[in-house]
Amino acid sequence: MKFDAVAFAIFAILFVFVTVVGFAAVRWRRAERLNSLDEWGLGGRSFGGFVTWFLLGGDLYTAYTFIAVPGAMYALGAVSGWFAVAYTILVWPIVFILMPRLWSVSHRHGFVTPADFVTARFGSRFLGLAIAATGILALMPYIALQLVGIQSVLQVMGLGSGTGIVQDLPLIIAFVLLAAFTYTSGLRAPALIAFVKDTLIYIVVIAAVVYIPIKLGGYDKIFAAVEGHAKTVAAAAAAKHTPSTFALLPSAKSYWAYATLALGSAMALFMYPHAVTGVLASKRRETIRRNTVFLPLYSLMLAFIALLGFMAIAAGIHTTNSRLAAPLLFQQEFPSWFAGVAYAAVAIGALVPAGIMSIAAANLFTRNIYRDFFRPAASHAEEAQVSRLASLVVKFGALAFVLGINTQNAINLQLLGGIWILQTFPAVAIGLYTRWMHRWGLIAGWLAGMVYGTVTAYGVSTPTVAHFAGSTAPIPFLGPTGYIALTALVLNLGVSAVVTVALRVLAARTAGVDATQPDDYVVDLPGTPLAPTFELAGTEGRRQTI
Amino acid sequence: MDDRGRVRVTTGGRPPRVAEAPVAYIVSAILLGSAFVALLWVPSYAKLTPDLGGIPFFYWYSLAWLFINALCQGVAYMLLVVMPRRRRGLWP
Repeated sequence: MKFDAVAFAIFAILFVFVTVVGFAAVRWRRAERLNSLDEWGLGGRSFGGFVTWFLLGGDLYTAYTFIAVPGAMYALGAVSGWFAVAYTILVWPIVFILMPRLWSVSHRHGFVTPADFVTARFGSRFLGLAIAATGILALMPYIALQLVGIQSVLQVMGLGSGTGIVQDLPLIIAFVLLAAFTYTSGLRAPALIAFVKDTLIYIVVIAAVVYIPIKLGGYDKIFAAVEGHAKTVAAAAAAKHTPSTFALLPSAKSYWAYATLALGSAMALFMYPHAVTGVLASKRRETIRRNTVFLPLYSLMLAFIALLGFMAIAAGIHTTNSRLAAPLLFQQEFPSWFAGVAYAAVAIGALVPAGIMSIAAANLFTRNIYRDFFRPAASHAEEAQVSRLASLVVKFGALAFVLGINTQNAINLQLLGGIWILQTFPAVAIGLYTRWMHRWGLIAGWLAGMVYGTVTAYGVSTPTVAHFAGSTAPIPFLGPTGYIALTALVLNLGVSAVVTVALRVLAARTAGVDATQPDDYVVDLPGTPLAPTFELAGTEGRRQTI
Repeated sequence: MDDRGRVRVTTGGRPPRVAEAPVAYIVSAILLGSAFVALLWVPSYAKLTPDLGGIPFFYWYSLAWLFINALCQGVAYMLLVVMPRRRRGLWP
């Protein structure tokens, strides 16, 4: 593609700006020292409602979302694309219910990761290891996909069409900068950059949903064009005796797929460790709950972004790589300088989640593998240092992954990541309410869900793709097609329950010790005064409020 | 102090919260559950008409629930967070 100098100049200026912001973040709400995971990995657990809104929005609505959701709308239509809107609406009631309890118990016990909670709740570092490993496995390809998002806009700008190292140089530069400022500033860097990211995204999306429809003749014209497109695709498919690949509405055959994708994805989102990181970084228990009233604004943005895929159809964009649908639409419909702003929004949109994800993965490694299995006596400073180094390893691992292996593998693994992470739901989410499940029962259920999900996803094929062609498969015994993650979760719960009952009968004394108390789950409950400040004994005298 | 040398602060042995304000909890559960019923019952809205300015029903109905759900969460927040705080005289 042709190199667009104006767009690139705007892009580069905005990129340099956020890099400066990233390094300056180390001074933001400056702590006495960054030498603990609470400071480096959770921003001192100090963020109020306003920062949390930007941080969570910046964290969850990733660059890949901005590329993949319109791409799915463009190529496949409602079931694969629009379900994301239902899913990002339903995630907020779930957060409203679960996350205050997780915040409270984590605040009392100093938990940094969801696996910390599980280890303490069920008295099993092996269960904690299973949760941590699942988190790291699910996050790695997710980080890699953020790079794919940056690659897409670079490609449309006319960069990355050279060969060898030159081709990948812009991406490498972007990632080295990200790695450097995350290393120095920790969670403060993505939190501060999230302000820039979300502001840019809102500007671009609002401009796009107002300006592009005016150019295309209004929403009725856009939907009429999409309806025409759906009929053309259906007619072509009927001629070949294959099912249509594009849907304007879910059909009777895909009701279950749509509903299970929406529900399963909503339940999975806050099982991702980087989402939990955003929650635990807030200052008060009710910060998150109050935020759920305003966070759906991001879901509205996502809906608009999804519609960009339909606008691309109406605007006559033709590409076989559906990930390029939105960037190509920007290129065709916007003046160069504004296209540059839009590309920058996507690329910066990749940096925030990639930063938080690498911090979350590093924290999992440090707390639930390094400390729990190798160095139980690790000091806070040592934990922070290990986590910093681990965040570098995670990021460069993701970079090597994207540069070395083809993009499709990263997408397949991210698809699997969603299936895997939902298998931590029984231990993390249900564990917030009850520890009826036996620790080994949970491990057995987790293993069953992981194996079933992976094998089933491997077996999904289309005429063009042999394996991992999608995340839905027929639900055993019921028949309709559904989200594999949710079917795997049902199996997971069933196996957990059976093993739990068996172990209670056969080995009653192996249940493990619960390090938490009922009171811990309501720390900082509304209606109670915030408890007094106390000193964490023997930990460099850092003051902490519970 | 517990074994890690931290001072434990209990929440003061208050009665269970659900028993304290059962209506608030039931109403909140209905409010928070409504979006699940509406959006997961796909056949109820997988239609083209009635459209809204050319936008098919399926699409604008989903977006309408985005706002309804946010409102429901706002009311649930009032019931579960703001009102207990007021009852205890801790507002603002």
